[in-house]
Amino acid sequence: MSSLRPWQELSPGGTIRPTDAEKPKTGSWRTGIKPLADLSKCTNCLLCWLYCPDSAILIEDTTFVGFDDYFCKGCEVCAAVCPVGAIEMVSEETETPERWVMRSDESGS
Amino acid sequence: MAVKTQEGAQLLTGGEAVAYAMAQIDPDVFPVYPITPQTPIIQTFAKLVANGKATTEIVNVESEHSAMSATIGSALAGARSMTATSSQGLALMAEMVYIAAGMRTPIVMAVGNRALSAPLNIHCDHSDSMMIRDSGVIQLFAESVQEAYDLTVMATRIAEHPDVMLPVLVCQDGFTLTHSEEPLVLTSDEVVKDFAGEYKVPLPLLDVEEVTTKGIFALQDYYTELRYQMNAAMEAAETVIADVFDEYSPLVDRPFGLLEEYELEGAEKVVFLMGSTAGTIKDVVDELRSEGQKVGLLRLISYRPFPAEAIRNALASVDEVIVLDRSDAPGAVPSLHAEMAAALYGSGVKLRAHVFGLGGRELVPDEARAIFAGEAPTHVALRS
Ligand code: SF4
Ligand code: SF4
Repeated sequence: MSSLRPWQELSPGGTIRPTDAEKPKTGSWRTGIKPLADLSKCTNCLLCWLYCPDSAILIEDTTFVGFDDYFCKGCEVCAAVCPVGAIEMVSEETETPERWVMRSDESGS
Repeated sequence: MAVKTQEGAQLLTGGEAVAYAMAQIDPDVFPVYPITPQTPIIQTFAKLVANGKATTEIVNVESEHSAMSATIGSALAGARSMTATSSQGLALMAEMVYIAAGMRTPIVMAVGNRALSAPLNIHCDHSDSMMIRDSGVIQLFAESVQEAYDLTVMATRIAEHPDVMLPVLVCQDGFTLTHSEEPLVLTSDEVVKDFAGEYKVPLPLLDVEEVTTKGIFALQDYYTELRYQMNAAMEAAETVIADVFDEYSPLVDRPFGLLEEYELEGAEKVVFLMGSTAGTIKDVVDELRSEGQKVGLLRLISYRPFPAEAIRNALASVDEVIVLDRSDAPGAVPSLHAEMAAALYGSGVKLRAHVFGLGGRELVPDEARAIFAGEAPTHVALRS
């Protein structure tokens, strides 16, 4: 935990720039399940990205590339909004990369 | 009595005059909800916009709570924003007034002061302003239509000063000023525009180059520090207000101050109050002075920040101060009385206080004389 700053060092009204905030690992609160995507079904519509309340859908340019375990709460919103059923919720114990990079060479197939 | 009218003067009500000042500044956004006696302000402002005098986006919202919410949002987004209200409207807005101050939002709001219900009343007292006295907003009280106009012209510069960044409320007595025509001299459009300058808010919400989060959550670890910032802002505001007054004063050839001293030279008894009633007191001071009584008036313009040290200095050689609050505080003492007791503590100056003018009741010269003579009841003109 960083040391607390005095009032003079805080921006007026507490306006926060991204650089001001410590990166809080809110993903540690996850419900016990996490999303897993089936890229053979994904149409890259990015609805999951629009709906995820925690900005935990990772994209590169405009391409879905996975989930950010650091922030994902396991709320299932992405699985609920995916129009093609490409997202399945799996148990926390299921092996998934810490930071998913799901779209690789097979993406165009 | 001969009335001296300044060259180029015209007749406007306080509501019209303030709307005129706002139109000359031409803010980007004006979210507002009508309420007596504020309504002439937005009515006049809307007319000026419709006639092309200003290009402001007027947002007709569904309540004062929404008016202040929208004003905060647009001001923080990067648009110069103003609003106006009175009484129950200010009461409904109060939650957002605290938020406007806490988020350090540089908005300007015109207030037509009016008594709070119940009982329902549409006339002037200062209970609406007193309700938000500790919110962190700057409140300036006008005596005349001219002063309400001038304070409005200067208000954006105070609110938007980087050391201040707080809402500025320009308060004028409901009906007595909002609906009464007085001669005033308008400053030219060019001078007002030049004086107000461009709206700059640090880290505006719509700046996509530097994204920010506003309206944060702050708990035991940071709430105290963020609230304390407003103390520093208010302290800075005292200097900023004086500087802005000094800069505007030579442009219009009228003096401005956080306080007005009237016949304080050698005064033994001094009335202390805010607002339009100062006119009556000045007349009575003149009469009593001509009868040889050493009386004077100290009028407060800047209620927040409260210039305690300047008041103490102004009253250093006075025997007795008579504080007149235009609002009551059942079970305690009203605001000006309490502030003055704190400001004068240990100074040896005697303090007496009265409540007057609730719900628009006039304070007539005979009552003012009785107040100076120490013969008025605590609540002036109370039937009992
Ligand atoms: S489970 Fe919820 S938090 Fe996690 S990626 Fe899906 S929508 Fe976002
Ligand atoms: S909502 Fe489903 S189909 Fe659309 S991008 Fe997300 S995972 Fe792919």
